[in-house]
Amino acid sequence: MSLIEARGVGIDLGGRPVLRDVDFAIERGEIVTIVGPNGSGKTTFLRILIGALRPDRGRVIRAPALRIGHVPQRLAIDPTLPITAGRMIGLPRRRPAPQIAAALERVGLPGFAGRPLADLSGGQLQRVLLARAILGGADILILDEPTQSLDQPATAAFYLLVEELRRDTGCAVLMVSHDLHVVMGASDRVICLNGHVCCQGTPVAVSAAPEYRALFGTGTRGAFALYRHAHDHRHDGPQAGAADPAPAPAGGEG
Amino acid sequence: MLADFLLRAGLAGLGVALAAAPLGCFVVWRRMAYFGDATAHAALLGAALALVLDISLTLGVLVMALAMAAAVTGLARRLLAPDSVLGVAAHGALALGLVLLALTGRAGVDVEALLFGDVLAVGWSDLLVIWAGAAAILGLVLWRWSRLLCATVSSEIACAEGIDPARERLALAVAAGVLVAVAIKVVGALLVTAMLVIPAAAARPLARTPEAMALAAALIAAGSVGAGLGASVALDLPPGPAMVTAAAAAFAAGALAGRLWRRG
Repeated sequence: MSLIEARGVGIDLGGRPVLRDVDFAIERGEIVTIVGPNGSGKTTFLRILIGALRPDRGRVIRAPALRIGHVPQRLAIDPTLPITAGRMIGLPRRRPAPQIAAALERVGLPGFAGRPLADLSGGQLQRVLLARAILGGADILILDEPTQSLDQPATAAFYLLVEELRRDTGCAVLMVSHDLHVVMGASDRVICLNGHVCCQGTPVAVSAAPEYRALFGTGTRGAFALYRHAHDHRHDGPQAGAADPAPAPAGGEG
Repeated sequence: MLADFLLRAGLAGLGVALAAAPLGCFVVWRRMAYFGDATAHAALLGAALALVLDISLTLGVLVMALAMAAAVTGLARRLLAPDSVLGVAAHGALALGLVLLALTGRAGVDVEALLFGDVLAVGWSDLLVIWAGAAAILGLVLWRWSRLLCATVSSEIACAEGIDPARERLALAVAAGVLVAVAIKVVGALLVTAMLVIPAAAARPLARTPEAMALAAALIAAGSVGAGLGASVALDLPPGPAMVTAAAAAFAAGALAGRLWRRG
């Protein structure tokens, strides 16, 4: 069965329909990206999938004993709450220190266990949350615009890490992203959401779909061009090109 | 016997201090000071209720504090500006409680003791109630510690881990309601929030982990109870305000020490 499946999901927030008739499923090992304009219900949909919101219509089916590794957009940690990276990883279940150290090393943050979370950069914090997710043995990583506060090299490195973790652990990855060009290259499947599922399929198929072009064709022409370039590039080296950000800036010039 | 009432006062203060410190950490981390005020001020409504229904003061206070805690917990979630609504609830409850106490005939109730506590008058049976309540609060908070902490750090991560943030909010509300009922005789309705917030805030610069902060807050709160009680006896001060003043002094010292520590 699918890890998570949504059938005919709809929700109204503040009297306004935000999502309607969303059918969705994600399988083990898949990387699925949800794209969509602001206010299209992407984050709301993720919140429904993790159980933070109850849909008004339809239903969500999770595989039994599914372990979700959620990496939220940001944490709401008050400055009065002292917490280290290691303690964060041990929430809500405490982990042995060697396991925490190993998980931090795996995400490129060796020796960070004792560092206060407040002292970390946005990119480091996202990596700590990834370490928490993989140490918990996540079957699926759910990332909500994980690279929003990162610059381009950090963004590229982050997606590379996500793909490595998928390869090593076999977990599925579901993410919402605005980094269309990078994400397109790294995803098995793209879902274009705008209150409902406009179109979905392989990155190539979605980018060619009229529904997708209607949403992104003009507003993000730059990103679109970047994507096409990155995609062209991928033909000469499918593995390396998949998450390689290097062609992107070059594409911007062309 | 002189030492006897002092011993009871000290034990009562200690019980409240130990229960309030870890709970107070969550009040600080989640910015719930107004929530604490609203819950505490409902104690006056509870006292009026106890008079009207002719039930025990503690029971009346417990019922009203729990009701208020649950109400504002639910209310604050649904409103856009929870801070101002909680402010209205906190001060509205205080004023309404005073008005109702006046209407129901204040002869049976010492309003000043309700507002500022009267720890030197605590009897052995009061002490039993205080320690039972304190143990319940401490047990609840420690039992749910990890879940509470996770829900505080990120309600979304909590949901993904199968923790219901609403249930954790309710657990804190219940703990706060019970605390008000047991602290009313020690520091009074006006200073309950001080016992929650000040030791936790004082402990912040000294701690690097949530657990260390809760422990430090408990030590500071216990020390403040002892110092306040001592000062109250030596200088003939009201004990509740003296305890809170001691805690505030600890906060100032902690802030200063924390600053020097970081510089050094």
